[in-house]
Amino acid sequence: MVYEIPMAEECLKFVPDPKKGKNMWVLGMLSYIYSRDLKTAEDQIASIFKKKSQAVIDSNLQLLNAGHEWAAENLDFQFEIPAMPTGKELVVMNGNEAFAFGTLAAGIEVCSMYPITPATSVSHMLAETFEKAGGLVHQAEDEIAAIGFAIGSSYSGKTALTVTSGPGLALKTEFIGLAIMAEVPLLIIDVQRGGPSTGMPTKIEQGDLLAVLYGAAGDAPKIVMAPSTIEECFQFVIVARQIAEAFRTPVFLLSDSNLATGVQPFERPKLKAEWMSAPIDQSPWNEDTKPYQWDEETGLSKRPIPGMKGGEYTLTGLTHTASGQVSYLPEVNQRSTAMRSRKIAAFSRTLKPPKVHGDEEGDLLLIGWGSTRGAIEEATDRARELGGKVSSVHLRFLSPLEPGLKDIFKRFKKVMTVEINYSDDVNAPLITEENRRYSQLAWILRARTLVDIDCFSNVHGQPLKPRNILERIKLELGN
Amino acid sequence: MFGLNNDSCAIDIPDTYHTQGEYTKGIARWCPGCGDHSVLHAVQRLCAEKQLAPEKTVFVSGIGCSSRFPHYMNTYGFHGLHGRAFPVAEGVKFRRPDLDVFVVTGDGDCCSIGAGHWLHAIRYNMNLTVLLFDNAIYGMTKKQTSPTSPMGTISNTHPEGSVLPPVNPIQTTLGVSNVSFVAQTVDWVPSHLYATIKAAYEHQGFSFVKISMRCPKFMAEFSKKKVSERDSVQLLMHENGIQPDDATERMFTHHQPHDPTDINAARALAEDVEKTYLGLFYQNKNALRYDLYGAHNLGYSTEQKMAAIEKKLEAFAV
Ligand SMILES: Cc1ncc(C[n+]2csc(CCOP(=O)(O)OP(=O)(O)O)c2C)c(N)n1
Ligand code: SF4
Ligand SMILES: [Mg+2]
Repeated sequence: MVYEIPMAEECLKFVPDPKKGKNMWVLGMLSYIYSRDLKTAEDQIASIFKKKSQAVIDSNLQLLNAGHEWAAENLDFQFEIPAMPTGKELVVMNGNEAFAFGTLAAGIEVCSMYPITPATSVSHMLAETFEKAGGLVHQAEDEIAAIGFAIGSSYSGKTALTVTSGPGLALKTEFIGLAIMAEVPLLIIDVQRGGPSTGMPTKIEQGDLLAVLYGAAGDAPKIVMAPSTIEECFQFVIVARQIAEAFRTPVFLLSDSNLATGVQPFERPKLKAEWMSAPIDQSPWNEDTKPYQWDEETGLSKRPIPGMKGGEYTLTGLTHTASGQVSYLPEVNQRSTAMRSRKIAAFSRTLKPPKVHGDEEGDLLLIGWGSTRGAIEEATDRARELGGKVSSVHLRFLSPLEPGLKDIFKRFKKVMTVEINYSDDVNAPLITEENRRYSQLAWILRARTLVDIDCFSNVHGQPLKPRNILERIKLELGN
Repeated sequence: MFGLNNDSCAIDIPDTYHTQGEYTKGIARWCPGCGDHSVLHAVQRLCAEKQLAPEKTVFVSGIGCSSRFPHYMNTYGFHGLHGRAFPVAEGVKFRRPDLDVFVVTGDGDCCSIGAGHWLHAIRYNMNLTVLLFDNAIYGMTKKQTSPTSPMGTISNTHPEGSVLPPVNPIQTTLGVSNVSFVAQTVDWVPSHLYATIKAAYEHQGFSFVKISMRCPKFMAEFSKKKVSERDSVQLLMHENGIQPDDATERMFTHHQPHDPTDINAARALAEDVEKTYLGLFYQNKNALRYDLYGAHNLGYSTEQKMAAIEKKLEAFAV
């Protein structure tokens, strides 16, 4: 059944340009269809436009009511969908706001940044709240300075945060290498956008994964996490600070513009004192402990902080011994590089295998990361309803990877990543099995597991739709 | 001692006294005759004179011969990236008003790759003591033209002589808004070097000291000429300036009266490249300080922080 809605004509009755009135008219219509009381909408209009003239408020109210009336007269259906009973207190926010709340709840006191879409609004929210929460936003002169400042701040005691997007990430690369080399805890949020170069600042892409993993010179192993929901944006900052400090290393959080601007409700977090960073430790340093006294098993070492008597050392980006002395001896470089790598191995031992959405075995397994989880799981569910033996897995840790992936993959006839980044179409001219370029997670998983993993990806700059994923699933299953 | 015990003594006897040697670490690996040795010595003397607590003192540098400086100080140090000492030092200082932070940077480090940070660092005016080791060459990478190399300098990148007029770091610094302390000295006059670094340390704000340095390895002729050319040197004299000792005054017989609060006069002197002015060009004790902003809301308790977050969360509750 198709209903034709004369939206433009109806709006023209109230405003000269229907493009500018349509949204309120539609809101009125939807309020009728879903049996919603207009009162809430009217209050919201009055509050949102309170700084504008009364005429603006009146015309919006008119459109709202007109949409509602039109629907009541012309549509022969109406739904009543009761709100889901939760019994829980909820909050509603977007991913960048959730990152900001996570930062606050983690007790982080410095966010050092340079404005870049779509990451900036994390700092807006922090700037609004920090004054009374004992923190500050530093707007640096550029992204290099922003991360340098954050590293200086972390070095002097409290783990700091920097937020950025693709072009800014590129500029920060040299300092990221330093933070890894000198083992400075740090949080780096990358809200990805279309790339390369200035690309599509406001559009979604998951294109920075390989840049984050391999962007720095030399061997610079990293911890990279990707929240898949807005609630996870909040939670991951808290966890990431603890990981950064325990493992004395930068931790990356990869988000994207879909999470950044999308809005979801989640249970209002119950703040905990133990989430907060402790006051800066100024107790005397045990002089028998070296500034990089790597534990042979885990690569971990304790960090002296300025103010600790007896801990005086010079942090350097040059190759150094456990005592922090510069040295180019073959065995020193080999060992220190191995120790930084061992930390990543030690960290990976704390991870659990991911949960499979759907059956543990079947014909097709989809793998995703980041904001696409909802779309992938919905497509998986619909395919299963149609009888397809499809499951999906969503990865939160991209480096190191969650364990047990190969075991999961082996139980499916075909494994395919679903991502929003570029891959060559197998049928495109010149493309062969040898020269095909895969989407970014697929590259990593293929190398890691030696499983012949396929990928379904595009760079349309739009969120993936469950419908499109479902079409591809059907194609793969041959029906 | 003398029948006094510590509790009844009226004089505050510090429980730890640091000798100059206690600020020394390792053996400096600069070339013999390199100006960097002189500055290291002057700074160690300052630390002892001021009895700086080693654990509360941080030397931040970039990359270059000069930037190896923190490795030779028995304090905290941060030997970071080429050109990026300023942002790191700012980050160190931002929430740690209790730390004394020094920046050691070279002419390439500060005036070329780090020039953007330099301008903003001047404007931030955080309480940092900044020592620009200006040897007018890239030492570490073996004799390339620096932005402060005089035009015509023969280097490995300009074997026929460099082709552009040099950057003038004093003039540039004086041109930035919110500038608060600018001085010039040379590494080969220890008393003037020391007096200048001391004045810089005592200034509460971004104290910028340009130190002309000898690099006998790659700028031997230039260094010799600089040291011998006493006639082109003018000592800046003022009661609020840097007070040269008698020996310095005898060495440099040309004296230029200059009020360091007069920025226009300071700029005019900086533009005069025929002469080398030593001393305090400019000081403004009232320039706004970003480090005070950084420290203004320190020390909130967990309860206070959580209350502020809860309040903000309220706006997102449904
Ligand atoms: C990003 C980067 N580019 C280039 C270099 C190579 N480099 C090291 S020191 C230096 C120049 C140092 O000159 P200056 O700052 O004048 O210090 P000096 O050695 O003269 O004391 C250069 C170009 C580097 N380390 N990092
Ligand atoms: S090369 Fe020049 S600047 Fe470097 S240590 Fe030798 S003399 Fe000093
Ligand atoms: Mg130099």
